[in-house]
Amino acid sequence: MAGVAAWLPFARAAAIGWMPVANLPMPVAPNQKNKRQDELIILNVSGRRFQTWRNTLDRYPDTLLGSSEKEFFYNEETHEYFFDRDSEMFRSVLNFYRTGKLHYPRSECISAYDEELAFFGIIPEIIGDCCYEEYKDRKRENAERLQDDLEDNKDKKPPNMTCRETMWRAFENPHTSTMALVFYYVTGFFIAISVITNVVETVPCGTSTHQKEVPCGERYTVAFFCMDTACVMIFTVEYLMRLFAAPSRYRFMRSVMSIIDVVAILPYYIGLVMTDNEDVSGAFVTLRVFRVFRIFKFSRHSQGLRILGYTLKSCASELGFLLFSLTMAIIIFATVMFYAEKGSSSSKFTSIPASFWYTIVTMTTLGYGDMVPKTIAGKIFGSICSLSGVLVIALPVPVIVSNFSRIYHQNQRADKRRAQKMQKARLARIRISKTGSSSGFLHSKRNGLFNDPLELTGSIEDEQQLSKSTSLLESQHHHLLHCLEKTTNHEFVNEQCYQQSYLEAGQNYQSQSPSLSSQEGMTGTCCTRRSKKRHSPLPNSSVPSGALMHPLELSTIHIQPHTTSRSSLNMRLEEQHPLNCQSGGKVTTAIISIPTPPAANSPEGDAQPPAVPAHHQNIVKVSAL
Amino acid sequence: MLSLDGLEMIAVLVVMGLFIKVLEQFGMFEPVGGEDSIEDDFELSTVCHRPESMDKLQEQTKFTKKELQVLYRGFKNECPSGVVNEENFKTIYSQFFPQGDSSMYAHFLFEAFDTDKNGSVSFEDFVFGLSIILRGTINDRLNWAFNLYDLNKDGCITKEEMLDIMKSIYDMMGKCTYPNMQDEAPREHVENFFQKMDRNKDGVVTIEEFIESCQKDENIMQSMQLFDNVI
Repeated sequence: MAGVAAWLPFARAAAIGWMPVANLPMPVAPNQKNKRQDELIILNVSGRRFQTWRNTLDRYPDTLLGSSEKEFFYNEETHEYFFDRDSEMFRSVLNFYRTGKLHYPRSECISAYDEELAFFGIIPEIIGDCCYEEYKDRKRENAERLQDDLEDNKDKKPPNMTCRETMWRAFENPHTSTMALVFYYVTGFFIAISVITNVVETVPCGTSTHQKEVPCGERYTVAFFCMDTACVMIFTVEYLMRLFAAPSRYRFMRSVMSIIDVVAILPYYIGLVMTDNEDVSGAFVTLRVFRVFRIFKFSRHSQGLRILGYTLKSCASELGFLLFSLTMAIIIFATVMFYAEKGSSSSKFTSIPASFWYTIVTMTTLGYGDMVPKTIAGKIFGSICSLSGVLVIALPVPVIVSNFSRIYHQNQRADKRRAQKMQKARLARIRISKTGSSSGFLHSKRNGLFNDPLELTGSIEDEQQLSKSTSLLESQHHHLLHCLEKTTNHEFVNEQCYQQSYLEAGQNYQSQSPSLSSQEGMTGTCCTRRSKKRHSPLPNSSVPSGALMHPLELSTIHIQPHTTSRSSLNMRLEEQHPLNCQSGGKVTTAIISIPTPPAANSPEGDAQPPAVPAHHQNIVKVSAL
Repeated sequence: MLSLDGLEMIAVLVVMGLFIKVLEQFGMFEPVGGEDSIEDDFELSTVCHRPESMDKLQEQTKFTKKELQVLYRGFKNECPSGVVNEENFKTIYSQFFPQGDSSMYAHFLFEAFDTDKNGSVSFEDFVFGLSIILRGTINDRLNWAFNLYDLNKDGCITKEEMLDIMKSIYDMMGKCTYPNMQDEAPREHVENFFQKMDRNKDGVVTIEEFIESCQKDENIMQSMQLFDNVI
């Protein structure tokens, strides 16, 4: 209704038709004391200013913009409402107020759009018909994708599974345990063996004493019988085990795979029972045909087969249509051909059902040539038949193909995500980007620590430079980390220095006392510049490369109690060559050359104890200096 | 032999038919009486009507500039082409009465607003009508109401006309009313109305009778005042 809110005055005016006929007095009109003149309001969405009438927004009072909730976003100084949201998507939101119809912009991500709608208090169900289908489709796709993600977690084995549940899980997911894998391969092998024996059984092998060749099956009856028995034994055992392990036996027995299993092994048992009876040996031979169903057992082993089966099931209606139209065409053309060829002598088209064969062979463009029309009319109709056959068959096929493609790709996606390797790499990359912030802490910590000595030396320009490089937010964050350091009496370091000092500590400082090591350890400190300073002034190019090689988390190096970093700094200042100060220029450049993010320790709590080998207990603390 | 010939004839005819179709595809052979009817319809819908200038409208009606602006914006929003046809009109009006059927009453309204009887209500028609209802004198309003009731515009309201109007008003209520809607209600109401309005009991209500009776009725006078504050 709100879309036509502008016509409300008209509707009220139209009520004049009721007044003269009314018998009762009319109610009092609502008070209009607070009625403001319609004014333009400005909506600033991420810098993009939208302007609209206040009345437009008031049309939908149960949304954010239409209610008083928008007052929370009012900016007094600029007299506008500021929203820190995406301005592109806001366009469709505002258009909803203007036109009364909500449209879904196809270029936007579905979940981002949902969030925007939720923020502005608009329910997605009122999306207009023009866009609703698309919206629903995308939403369903997204949900399926999320569903697949969830299913990945199911692979984790829940504890306390009974024997029966373990078995069932082993049967369903062969890759969960070695036993399951072995079982999987064994059954697959035996299925193959069984199918091959069935095939080879009928091959004529060698001449025997009789005149005609006999198939191998009759020649080596015993061998084939033993093979068959063995396979059936395995299949029976497998079936019984599955039946035992199934959580719902009734449902399992009704499932397609179990029916295939039963059909595969039943002929053997029936054959066992019926060997004595000669009358039904014919039927017995027929039963052997059913042994070929064993090949369907492969569908447990092959996902492609399952997809194919699923596709055919989902395209049942298209297949049905294909069949129906083909049947119609066959009957029509068979009738016509029969009557066309009726007159010609020695015609093979003896009856309409006999013509069916010709029609089918022609429509599917097989053209065996065993039945050929001889009359002119027959030939004309025959050619029309073959042309139309091509068309009729070609029409439903793309539908089936596209269905298959969609299902196949869905499965591909699921498989890809299940690949453990990719998962790990992706998680690692996410971790790196998150820990990038902490390297900034180390970075500024060095800078911050430098502020002291720089104050001592009084180089004001450097100090100003350094303080400019950190924003207020950063500096507050760093202060927080610093407080944490103070609390735990440890410091954060980055991996570079850890590894450097690790090596050097290993080489030089096997059993030093802590304090001593802390001092002298300074020689083999982080960022290599110090050691390099010792050995030779080297460019710091090696520093960045090292950082990137180890994306895994770096653990804090714990040192035995150290005095505050500041004091140690001072110590260093006094005892060491004041390389800190004077190499301040160099140092800063060295620091800056370290790329952000080397995977430094994120302060939130990844401060795990490092995997320090026992003999490196007095690992040097690699402080900023 | 005959049957064969017959079939051959049919076959030949079929072949000829296909041949003609193929020629048609190549555009060499156009069937007689090709029509292109659909395109004509499109032109009507793109007719755009622009109202007269605001100054003129301001002179002719009793609305201020701002009020005209508000009215026009609402009008144009719903009807971008500048005119309302009856379907649109009914749709818009029905949105205010979701529980009943307002199409008949909307039809009568449309007839009343469409003063030049061209099947569509332009903004001028719209605004003129509203000006009378919302800014006119009581007499003007009563006149307008009489015009609404007088379906065939012959100067008097018959019982049938009134019954139609009454039914349309009751239809807007819908089914879910308290007390339950009786079928007799409109008729009774019409009787009541004629009792009140028809002075000389001739079965029709003329404009003079109508205005006179209304002016004597307190309720009606009071309700007419409601329209002063609609905009």
